[in-house]
Amino acid sequence: MSAIDINPPYALLAELTHRCPLRCIYCSNPLELLAQTSELSTSLWFEVLTQARALGVVQVHLSGGEPLTRPDLDRIVERAAQLGIYSNLITSGLGLTDARAQKLSAAGLSHVQLSIQAADLQTADGIAGIAAFEKKKSAAEFICKAGLPFSMNAVLHRSNLAQVGDIIDLCRAWGAERLELANTQYYGWAMLNREALLPTAAELAQAESVYLQRKSQLQGEMELLWILSDYYEQFPKACMGGWGQLQLTVTPDGTVLPCQAAKAISSLPFENVRQRELSWIWNHSESFNKFRGFEWMKEPCHSCERKEIDFGGCRCQAFLLTGDAANTDPVCCWSPDRPAVDRVLAKVNTPPEKAKFELKFRGDSN
Amino acid sequence: MNDSIDRHSKPKLARKAKLQFDSVRSLTLLLLPERVVKLNKTAADILHLCDGKRAIEEITKELELRYSQAGLESEIIEFVRDVSRNGWVEK
Repeated sequence: MSAIDINPPYALLAELTHRCPLRCIYCSNPLELLAQTSELSTSLWFEVLTQARALGVVQVHLSGGEPLTRPDLDRIVERAAQLGIYSNLITSGLGLTDARAQKLSAAGLSHVQLSIQAADLQTADGIAGIAAFEKKKSAAEFICKAGLPFSMNAVLHRSNLAQVGDIIDLCRAWGAERLELANTQYYGWAMLNREALLPTAAELAQAESVYLQRKSQLQGEMELLWILSDYYEQFPKACMGGWGQLQLTVTPDGTVLPCQAAKAISSLPFENVRQRELSWIWNHSESFNKFRGFEWMKEPCHSCERKEIDFGGCRCQAFLLTGDAANTDPVCCWSPDRPAVDRVLAKVNTPPEKAKFELKFRGDSN
Repeated sequence: MNDSIDRHSKPKLARKAKLQFDSVRSLTLLLLPERVVKLNKTAADILHLCDGKRAIEEITKELELRYSQAGLESEIIEFVRDVSRNGWVEK
């Protein structure tokens, strides 16, 4: 492995818990959710942050599950601030009170990203699996009142894509200065509900044109971002900016992953912060070194000039769709496994497009 | 809004942005919600002075003194326009 340059990571995704009051049908958490009893303690998270900063991490995304279910969240935020780490709270808003928002702000929280499921209460609560919409609205008020820099995000799929303009209006009305419109990526619970979530090509094109129009209208007032629906692309996403290049994930029980979905790659052994130093894991572990550089690649990637652009795409997607994480991401039009993606697209785009699919809510037995 | 930035403007680092010297990489980073920007020394020096109180002409004077160099104003205005377009500073 000595031939490969290893640069320090910039960001840590800290999944503080898998507990969440919401039951979203596209949750990116694994199907086997970790119990509260396995979660890292406050002092272990302090240790993780300290080690991460020494390794080069300057930004922590505090996520979950719902990170607000951890009563020690403000202390974790405070420790990040003391270490000079930018802290970004990724939240559903459930559990946020006026007092808690003030406390997090005082602790040094740098930014909040609040999720929304749809533009209207009925659709939104149908996707979340519980009554969450009104609570999110209150959370947005508390975030603004506390003076916290504020983004929102919406995961897009066929049940809310037609609302994209209304979602933009709602987030603006709620005070967000930035909105991520993220088309569903198919891992975890989203993979389970893939055929129900995937839009038709026409639905996606219509929504994207609304996004582009509003983006130019709102220039300078609100920042809009669009995360592609990669199944409809010709080339794969440059997933994570390359495996083990920019960021790492620590799961609720201390498992360290090159990306949040990587636990699905059952052929890889992953390390835990309870047993190993973060710097050793980043620099020397098999799991982080496995897909660094280009030598691990097979054809068509190995001789492809795009390998330095997209690194062969997503390892997790390659594993989920082909059974081998070292294969080319099947989204790539040059992948011999592209038919695995095309078959799903054909099913979704063949009339009747609105065939009813059974939805699995997060937390349902699968 | 960007074109209205001139020598009298008093740019201020956006609330969501933080400047942080990183001892691991020995450089100053601009930290934003979903990205990290590596800054060269001049960019870091300018942004440190974008406090909403100093006008660009004062920032220029200060840096010209610090670098013992003249004629920096147009470059500084251009830089502030660029970062303002990205939403990293507010006017």
